[in-house]
Amino acid sequence: MSNNFSDGPASKRGPSSLSSTHFVASQEDVPLIGAIDAVEVDDQRNNLWLDAWRDLRRRPVFWIASGLILLITVVALFPGIFTQVPPNNQCFLSNSNAGPRAGHPLGFTKLGCDIYSRIIHGTGTSLSVGVIVIVMTTFFGVLFGAFSGFYGGWIDSVLSRVGDIFFSIPYILAAVVVMSVLSQYRSVWSISLAIGAFAWPGTARVLRSEIFRVKNADFVMASTALGMSRFKILLKHVLPNSIAPVIVITTLSLAAAIVAEASLSFLGVGMGSDIMSWGNDINQAQVDLRTAPQTLIYPSIALSITVFAFVSLGEVMREALDPKARAQR
Amino acid sequence: MAGYILRRFLQAIPVFFGTTLLIYFMTFAMPGDPIVAMFGQRTPNPALVEALRAQYHLDQPFIVQYFIYIGGIFRGDFGVSFSGEQISTVLARTFPVTARLAMIAVVFQAFFGILVGLVAGLRKGKFFDANSLAVGLILISLPIFVIAFVAQYVFGIWLGWARPTVGVGAPIQDLILPALVLATGSFAQIMRLTRESVIETSGMDFVRTAYSKGLSRRRIIPVHILRNSLIPVVTYLAVDFGVLLVGATITEGIFNVPGVGNTLFQAIIRGENPTVVSFVTIMVLLYLAVNLVVDLFYGLLDPRIRYVK
Repeated sequence: MSNNFSDGPASKRGPSSLSSTHFVASQEDVPLIGAIDAVEVDDQRNNLWLDAWRDLRRRPVFWIASGLILLITVVALFPGIFTQVPPNNQCFLSNSNAGPRAGHPLGFTKLGCDIYSRIIHGTGTSLSVGVIVIVMTTFFGVLFGAFSGFYGGWIDSVLSRVGDIFFSIPYILAAVVVMSVLSQYRSVWSISLAIGAFAWPGTARVLRSEIFRVKNADFVMASTALGMSRFKILLKHVLPNSIAPVIVITTLSLAAAIVAEASLSFLGVGMGSDIMSWGNDINQAQVDLRTAPQTLIYPSIALSITVFAFVSLGEVMREALDPKARAQR
Repeated sequence: MAGYILRRFLQAIPVFFGTTLLIYFMTFAMPGDPIVAMFGQRTPNPALVEALRAQYHLDQPFIVQYFIYIGGIFRGDFGVSFSGEQISTVLARTFPVTARLAMIAVVFQAFFGILVGLVAGLRKGKFFDANSLAVGLILISLPIFVIAFVAQYVFGIWLGWARPTVGVGAPIQDLILPALVLATGSFAQIMRLTRESVIETSGMDFVRTAYSKGLSRRRIIPVHILRNSLIPVVTYLAVDFGVLLVGATITEGIFNVPGVGNTLFQAIIRGENPTVVSFVTIMVLLYLAVNLVVDLFYGLLDPRIRYVK
């Protein structure tokens, strides 16, 4: 679009049309007006996402992270493709902490279970917790952030103080207390609830400040002038234009939730021992760090790679979606 | 300024009551009867149970119990630990150790984070910058207990450079490895934040003015660029205090540092719920206090903050 303004025929023909005797120039004489008319209304919004995509697809980190996430998702959904060895039964104490052998590439845990199989089957647990938590943080974060940012005033004061209360309890510590309360109900759902209930204020804060920035834009004023209701403006104009940082923080929250689950399981207040979880396996393996470090290292590597994939995706998207950050590279 | 201080204090009050009420409510909802649990396997005398219930105010409604508890906090009474010791006594013994550990960690992460971030920011897009960014991304992705175990194995067991667990009295040389572990994640964050801030400041008009006045880089970098880049870093250190507390719990547990975090760690793995709740409350109050103090300082340093409504 910008080409028309800089070196299009309009600028060359400008002086001659001034000297013309026509009072109103025809469309052909002033292609500039034609060009302005041809600009699509939502051009600006498309540009943010289009620019971001153009930037992303040139960056190797983006493709590495996406590839890893795709792989992790496939492993989580179809563990049967990757291993036929059951993770939790067919464990023989005679294999305790044994090294790798044919069919068992990573060796055995203290209880003689196959480490590779346990890692493959633990992927689903980590990913489910991450996904359930971000559904919760997005729901509460958008609800609180949108209302407090857009309506301001006393609504903002009340909602922000509620957010402050939840924000002021580091969410792993809060989840420790919740999981102690729910000690009888240890499952993917309860642990996600414990983490998600205290992790949403981060999303709310990001959205609130972004809405503060967007809500005084001209297009919002135009919609108000056209008589659109406040709520409709929020839904149709303000939210879609302030969602980019929410997507970024949500990706990072997914990584944080996976770490939180592993930390809670590591502390012994996470998953029940019947559920496959990397944190549980790390917890079980820590006493044998001196004699059998591999039982601890392999689940740690799986955990770190998963977290790395989501953190890199979040960071690379943040840089792509934020023009200021893009300029800093 | 007085108005700002007052406003900030007034804001802290509902958060204080909200967080303590929330945590206290969760304890209230905990399964099991604490009085019956005191007797273990034996069947207690009902009259004795009633007497104990009255002594611990457990016969009162929830909100009354809560205010009795809050009153205790203001008198420095956080209750009794599982082994019957006053929590305030345990704190007095363990807090100095944690404070020492945290202090070393903060010095490490602030010094190296700002140094590496500054160099990377000044060499934007060059070899050093690209590598420090990549290393930072990897360090951020490593959960703290993974870093702790790897450090414990490599430096403590394999190379034997440090003792894998901390000895009695927690001497400084034993605390260096746990402190480094504790500092790792935040080091990467501070490095990235400093880098971003340095790049932004370097593009400002006053930096160009300083260069065109003919000032040397040796003066411009520390005085003009670095000092003006540090404001977001200072804010981050305050927000990061919560991460430090959680990190200290896990690190102290793994390295067996006799501090506040380890006490919480042991209580968690043994399932001693009342002790867990007391220590979580203490940590949350500490976190609130640190953030309040930093906000007040921040208002003192940057007048713009004071006038924002």
